[in-house]
Amino acid sequence: MTEKATVWEVFIQTKNGLAHKHVGNVHAADKIMALENARDLYTRRNEGSCIWVVKSSEIISSESEDSEAFFDPSNDKMYRHPTFYTMPDGAKHI
Amino acid sequence: MNEKNFQEKIEKEQKIEPKDWMPDGYRNHLIRQMSQHAHSEVIGMQPEGNWITRAPSLRAKMILLAKVQDEAGHGLYLYSACETLGISREELVQQLHDEKAKYSSIFNYPTLTWADMGAIGWLVDGAAIVNQVSLQRTSYGPYSRAMIKICKEESFHQRQGYEIMAEMAKGTAEQKAMAQDALNRFWWPSIMMFGPQDSESPRSGNAMKWKIKRQTNDELRQNFIDKTVGQAEVIGLTIPDPDLKWNEERGHYDFGEMDWDEFWNVVNGNGPCNQQRLDHHKKAHEDGAWVRKAAREYAKKNTIN
Ligand SMILES: [Fe+2]
Ligand SMILES: [Fe+2]
Repeated sequence: MTEKATVWEVFIQTKNGLAHKHVGNVHAADKIMALENARDLYTRRNEGSCIWVVKSSEIISSESEDSEAFFDPSNDKMYRHPTFYTMPDGAKHI
Repeated sequence: MNEKNFQEKIEKEQKIEPKDWMPDGYRNHLIRQMSQHAHSEVIGMQPEGNWITRAPSLRAKMILLAKVQDEAGHGLYLYSACETLGISREELVQQLHDEKAKYSSIFNYPTLTWADMGAIGWLVDGAAIVNQVSLQRTSYGPYSRAMIKICKEESFHQRQGYEIMAEMAKGTAEQKAMAQDALNRFWWPSIMMFGPQDSESPRSGNAMKWKIKRQTNDELRQNFIDKTVGQAEVIGLTIPDPDLKWNEERGHYDFGEMDWDEFWNVVNGNGPCNQQRLDHHKKAHEDGAWVRKAAREYAKKNTIN
């Protein structure tokens, strides 16, 4: 079996001012090749103004099995949402 | 318990993601289907690549080149998605070379004339679109996302093919005959791209239950035929099926018997180009080995990796 290539995750900013969004991955030997492969694969129709690549092995993900416990601390804090508050009748622009 | 959670998620139309628990059968079915799909995109470049240097105009050449490049991209999106199931791209390519993995039989037919570029774009990409639109709703997240991306790129493929056919159909008598001949050769293989009839398709049970497949082979085939008949009429070409006729009651076109002996013959490796397609892929892969090696060595020596 041949030596395995490094996998890089690709994030693209579609327009200046927007956040980078994950689009997929590429195989490449180094970061320059990763950027060029990402450009050729994911931006053939002007989809990008900036590309980030990062080695897949460097991504840390939460586990979906314990996502309930992991995200639990935010469940009971309704007061973080504006709809929690009662505004006096007639108050405007708030 | 795991199995029950899994099926509940599927019933609720939630996507299964790579790190989620899934039955082995689900994982294996996906690896088989997605790798076959990826290999089809890649092998599918060969019959069209055959005409790039002989395209009749610079415009036609640029379009065909861009189309074939898109197909390479589709192959890569699908390999990426398939790799999330825990199999490497190197293994997937090896399975193709060892003939353990298949690709769509349609690419084992030769492309004899320029009109075949029209027929392939119009019919083969057309059939692929019907299948892929349906697969946008597949239950495995990475596969579904790859399908959404691919579908966005496909409609240009079908339109460029149909444009070639339309141009030739209104050209000289010889050009029209060439277009008709391409339609005659590609029609039946195209409608057989959807696979065996539902009554003969042994694996579709779980695929439907797991929502990997969202519509059956026969539903997809009917959908494609219903869409395509009118398109042939518009450009004055005749679909080579004497039994083809509108069925008012069903609200669909009826069509003739497909030649399944030919289908299985090609699936099992005896089509006109099976050997040539595989040999070419192996050769290209081996010829590129030194490039991959050089890139790895370069990366090791440089701090930029
Ligand atoms: Fe494609
Ligand atoms: Fe295509």
